[in-house]
Amino acid sequence: MALFNKSEKAYLLLADGTVLEGQSFGAKGTVIGEVVFTTGMTGYQETLTDPSYYGQIVVQTFPLIGNYGVNREDFESKKSYVSGYIVREWCNTPSNFRSEGNVNDFIAEQNIIGIHSIDTRSLTRKIREYGVMNGAITTEDVYSKKEELLKQIREYTIRDAVHTVSVTEANEYKSENSKYRVVLIDLGYKRNIRQELLKRGCDVIVVPDRTTAEEIKKINPDGIMLSNGPGDPAENTEVIKNVAEISKLGIPIFGICMGHQIMALAHGAKTEKLKYGHRGANQPVIDLKLDKTFVTSQNHGYAVVNDSVDTSIAEVSHINANDKTCEGVRYKNAKAFTVQFHPEAHGGPLDTAYLFDEFIKLMEEK
Amino acid sequence: MPLRKDIKKVLVIGSGPIVIGQAAEFDYAGTQACRALKQEGLEVILVNSNPATIMTDKAMADKIYIEPLTLDVLKRIIQIEKPDSLLSTLGGQTGLTLSMQLAEEGFLEANNVKLLGADPETIHKAEDRQAFKDTMEKIGEPCIPSKVVETIEDSVAFAEEIGYPVIVRPAFTLGGTGGGIANDEAELRDIAKNGLRLSPITQILVEKCISGWKEIEFEVIRDRKDNCITVCSMENFDPVGVHTGDSIVIAPAVTLTDREYQMLRTAAINIISELKVEGGCNCQFALHPTSFEYSVIEVNPRVSRSSALASKATGYPIAKVAAKIAIGYTLDEIINQVTGKTYACFEPALDYVVVKFPKWAFDKFVYAKRTLGTQMKATGEVMAIGTSFEQAMMKAVRSIELGIDSMNLKKLESLSTEEILEKLKTVDDERSFQVYEALKRGISVEQLHEITMIDCWFLNKLLNMVNLEKWLAEGELTEEKYLTAKNYGYLDSTIERMSGQKCPMHKSAVFKMVDTCAGEFKAETPYFYSTFDEENEAKQFIERTDTGKKKVIVFGSGPIRIGQGIEFDYCSVHCVWTLKELGYEAVICNNNPETVSTDFDTGDRLYFDPLTKEDVEAIIETEQPYGVVVQFGGQTAIKLTKHLSDMGVRILGTQADSIDAAEDRERFDEILEKCGIPRPQGHTVMTTEEAVAAAEDLGYPVLMRPSYVLGGQNMIIAHSEKDIVEYMGIITRTMIENPVLIDKYMMGTEVEVDAICDGKDFLIPGIMEHIERAGVHSGDSISVYPAQTLSKKIRETIIDYTRKLALELKVVGLVNIQYVVYNNEVYVIEVNPRSSRTVPYISKVTGIPMVDIATKLMFGATLKELGYESGLYPEGEYVAVKVPVFSFEKLHDVDTMLGPEMKSTGECLGIAKNFEDALLKGLVAAGFDLKKEGGVFITVRDTDKQEVIAIADKFSQMGFELYATAGTAGVLNRNMIATNQVNRVSEAEPNVMNLLESGKIHYVISTSEKGRLPARDSVKMRRKSVERSICSLTAIDTARALSNVLMTNRTIADVELVDITKI
Repeated sequence: MALFNKSEKAYLLLADGTVLEGQSFGAKGTVIGEVVFTTGMTGYQETLTDPSYYGQIVVQTFPLIGNYGVNREDFESKKSYVSGYIVREWCNTPSNFRSEGNVNDFIAEQNIIGIHSIDTRSLTRKIREYGVMNGAITTEDVYSKKEELLKQIREYTIRDAVHTVSVTEANEYKSENSKYRVVLIDLGYKRNIRQELLKRGCDVIVVPDRTTAEEIKKINPDGIMLSNGPGDPAENTEVIKNVAEISKLGIPIFGICMGHQIMALAHGAKTEKLKYGHRGANQPVIDLKLDKTFVTSQNHGYAVVNDSVDTSIAEVSHINANDKTCEGVRYKNAKAFTVQFHPEAHGGPLDTAYLFDEFIKLMEEK
Repeated sequence: MPLRKDIKKVLVIGSGPIVIGQAAEFDYAGTQACRALKQEGLEVILVNSNPATIMTDKAMADKIYIEPLTLDVLKRIIQIEKPDSLLSTLGGQTGLTLSMQLAEEGFLEANNVKLLGADPETIHKAEDRQAFKDTMEKIGEPCIPSKVVETIEDSVAFAEEIGYPVIVRPAFTLGGTGGGIANDEAELRDIAKNGLRLSPITQILVEKCISGWKEIEFEVIRDRKDNCITVCSMENFDPVGVHTGDSIVIAPAVTLTDREYQMLRTAAINIISELKVEGGCNCQFALHPTSFEYSVIEVNPRVSRSSALASKATGYPIAKVAAKIAIGYTLDEIINQVTGKTYACFEPALDYVVVKFPKWAFDKFVYAKRTLGTQMKATGEVMAIGTSFEQAMMKAVRSIELGIDSMNLKKLESLSTEEILEKLKTVDDERSFQVYEALKRGISVEQLHEITMIDCWFLNKLLNMVNLEKWLAEGELTEEKYLTAKNYGYLDSTIERMSGQKCPMHKSAVFKMVDTCAGEFKAETPYFYSTFDEENEAKQFIERTDTGKKKVIVFGSGPIRIGQGIEFDYCSVHCVWTLKELGYEAVICNNNPETVSTDFDTGDRLYFDPLTKEDVEAIIETEQPYGVVVQFGGQTAIKLTKHLSDMGVRILGTQADSIDAAEDRERFDEILEKCGIPRPQGHTVMTTEEAVAAAEDLGYPVLMRPSYVLGGQNMIIAHSEKDIVEYMGIITRTMIENPVLIDKYMMGTEVEVDAICDGKDFLIPGIMEHIERAGVHSGDSISVYPAQTLSKKIRETIIDYTRKLALELKVVGLVNIQYVVYNNEVYVIEVNPRSSRTVPYISKVTGIPMVDIATKLMFGATLKELGYESGLYPEGEYVAVKVPVFSFEKLHDVDTMLGPEMKSTGECLGIAKNFEDALLKGLVAAGFDLKKEGGVFITVRDTDKQEVIAIADKFSQMGFELYATAGTAGVLNRNMIATNQVNRVSEAEPNVMNLLESGKIHYVISTSEKGRLPARDSVKMRRKSVERSICSLTAIDTARALSNVLMTNRTIADVELVDITKI
């Protein structure tokens, strides 16, 4: 029956052996990934197309997903990077003047396996208690191959994520009022980082993740942007090595999320995996210099360890008001600052967009 | 920086009596604020004229003045108490306006009082039309473009500039007469011409028409460090044009992409930052449905009804946080009470949706104009939480107490599709049901969207429900169908009715927690709603936190409506406090977001759900309580008693059987006979024919009312067969399950008693006497404690009858009894074995904690043990007069004539050492402008003509100019009272309407045999008085009392102000 999005059964199998029954949505088949939840109440399109979700099965805590449909304008990259998608209910009658279709058709077209009619709150609480967990969504009979699938689930890790999602060639985007040239090192960048720079008069040259200091020097940019990206930051040893060199060029650097972590690693700091990460649009971050709290958009599973930041070369500039984890670092020796959260928003609050202005100011001073 | 060191003693101004647009939400906000201030060790001085509130309770403040909220009274209190600060933003518009006046006059500065919460500059920028526009322009936030013009050409030129359609509003015409929407130049020329002609100053406002745009609200909080957060977004079901208080609202907003959402959120933050509000603020936006264009509609720089809703919808206590910000704290210093770990400086994430549904009084005011617009008409609201829109909507409709359990409204079923579509062209309170009916008839979502401009998202969700119901009705009721329906929020009984089959299984609801963070953090605060998953968080919570204490559930009173207001919330909250004190775990079930009872830290656990049999069953299953309390939740909770009792649940206090005995006519008559207590003769009927026969047997006039209702809903005095036929017609329109009662109508003195009984002894804290004779509903009467005119013998009879009735009905707890004293005989009119409207005020003026005692009696304590003698408690030295307050100016076409059907929305209290002074205070508090000069217009029915002579004489002696219609004028002139004769409404001009327009009249005394129909002359005249803000007295007794007060020649300045904590 076409009523009530009823479709065939789908299963979510978690690493601890739990099976949740739901209904199929999007593509059919089996997919394994790291199950994470995001608490944003709007912004599912941005979530689906954010490369930082590479390798992850995303749970939406908000129960009604797809209300305003899907439109290409709001995508953060060309395609969807999530491995799987878990919602309580998807909307087959979306309503918004820009809507081009519904979320079911979109993920099906992207070949993403989804599951709906899941008690997403119960699942979220489980992840909160046990920490991030691997899992699989399958539209096949889960019970007959449970043990085999569990083995695969338990062995699963996200590998080479940044390199996989990064561009392979440089690409230049011209601003309408060019004033600066910025190299955007693509670790899995969201489109709006580029947009925020273009808006502020920066021509943006998007380069592959493993671009070297030498290559950047040739471009001779006014600033360097280290983007967000997926996976374990410490895994990107080559990128870290390059960034250590790049930061010696004396060119202003602004890092976001993965970029922030890579920069810290390049300066001898450590990163750690959080129990269940920060994903949502309501994370309070204290700017220690301004003594002000900002509501920020976040999506990360790893964080820079506060104590590992060498205070002779850098200082922690922002912390999370809830769990006090590191949310930003300012570097003393280089004209560089990085943040863990997403000032480019999309989805989430625009309150910290002023950081892009600060980046521009750094370039101006140069 | 934490608490400011220079704050020690804070004055808090409440919002006064409940009126439409300013209701229980301010008791909730004020109570939260007072508690927050006291927690900080501050001394709190409270002023509020509303005695039914929890904020005026001894536990809430150090000194409490239940006094009129006027500038002079406040100044005197400031001089007596010498507070160092005044908190302005938690007492609604009333509190805010008074605070601003005190500040602007320089009074606060002169008395070294700091203004907390908002400064005059902020308020001016938010509330002054021009200043607001200028401010918004400065920060680039778009307002609705408008311009005042005086010629047609100017209006056309401006319309060209802003684009069509435009709204034309003529200046100074009542009710917007002569205005309209123009879609093009030709229409504009036409409307503008007419508007300019009708405007007495030839002026019209041309405004861009944004009707049909989406209406979106944001609740924002800011502190002095400029930390800003938005607590909640809300989207109105009805597009712009309907007051948000009259619209179904969903939270969070659902049809906005992140782009649109963040655009408006950022705008809200920009606005609050520019206005420099320190505390809560509400921003309303209109968003074009097919572009990114938006307009700021309104900004309220204070807590509001929407902030109460947002608090309950998210678990974020806005008023509490706002109060802390006012005394110096910043958001990053205030802990989020719900998680106990995180801070107030974050934005709640919801993992459910919330639907708010307004409660209107149109079931009571059958002739009121039901159309909705920019003037709010709802008296209250309910909130429902669900994991889907359909589920929340279904919960909301059964919480609203319209006698329905789905979106199907019986009376619409008989209309033709054309009639339904016609109805949809105007917006009224039944719009959502009309839309539903249209969908059932196969009208497309697109067509309905075109007519109503309701977003297709909502329409499609309603269509889902229509489809579900069709699916239920066809074929076998399978488990799949059943479970789908459960998820959509349908009750078992509804599913069975719609499918015509027994449910194949039963699935009980489970409960999920409202935790502000969508499960991201472990929450500490037990606030639950039901849904149909597997995991029951409430059960887990109960097991995890098991204290070994017995659990008691207190059922609340649902939405605020006329006849069942905030007073029941007062009782429920007090009961909870006592239960906690007695060592029980107190659990609250209620669905009204405006109240203190639904604050998640009032009880040990809160269930925010409908109060129907099945909903309550699931709560009982989860809680496994020791017992339940029903007697404090008004008729809403009382209605559950029998069902709970049948389920084997222990009812604490008065038993179901006693409640039935009081309500069942025959059983009640038996008890009266046994006790030898007389009552007005009466009958019970089910049909019109029976009613007519009964009335003829009793002799007209007769009093008619449905059994099992509260607040005299649909209660009338019938003078003829015609009245009876009309009445039975109205009552059978809604579901009739219970019979109609017809009594002989006796016009005597009405006396009311609230008593407490332990099954053996009884205590009457006080006897109240009504100024207006029987026939005016007790809730609309001016009530005086202690009774002023009753003889010793009558009093003793009343005490005796009260004892007999309480014992015979086996009351344990509270009982409210209404008597009429007629020809020196005492008759019983009504017995309600539960708390009543008067409990809070009698508790406050006598100092007897009635609810506290009643609760203790339920657990076996006796009055003797608690230190109370049986009988009437000795009278105190103060007289307290309760004066009703009406919201007539907001309800068009409602006759203001008082009768057996309750019309008041709230009340205030006057306390003084003597009756006249207390009445004076009460009247001033209720908004009477007691002018000592001007004109009095009198027109009374024949039976009142003799009595009005003495009253008219007093006005005449005081120097008032008297006017009257022919009959009354004749009587007065013949009695040597000089009176000008005035033409009736239907007679030639100049007539009474012109007189009322002239501004000469200050008081109107009008009583008529018949009323209600808006077309009647007398009703038109009384409506005119309301529109012109003329003091209108519609009962001869009220007029007499008022003339006596005027005769004392005292003003409020002559009367002592009383701190009730010292009584």
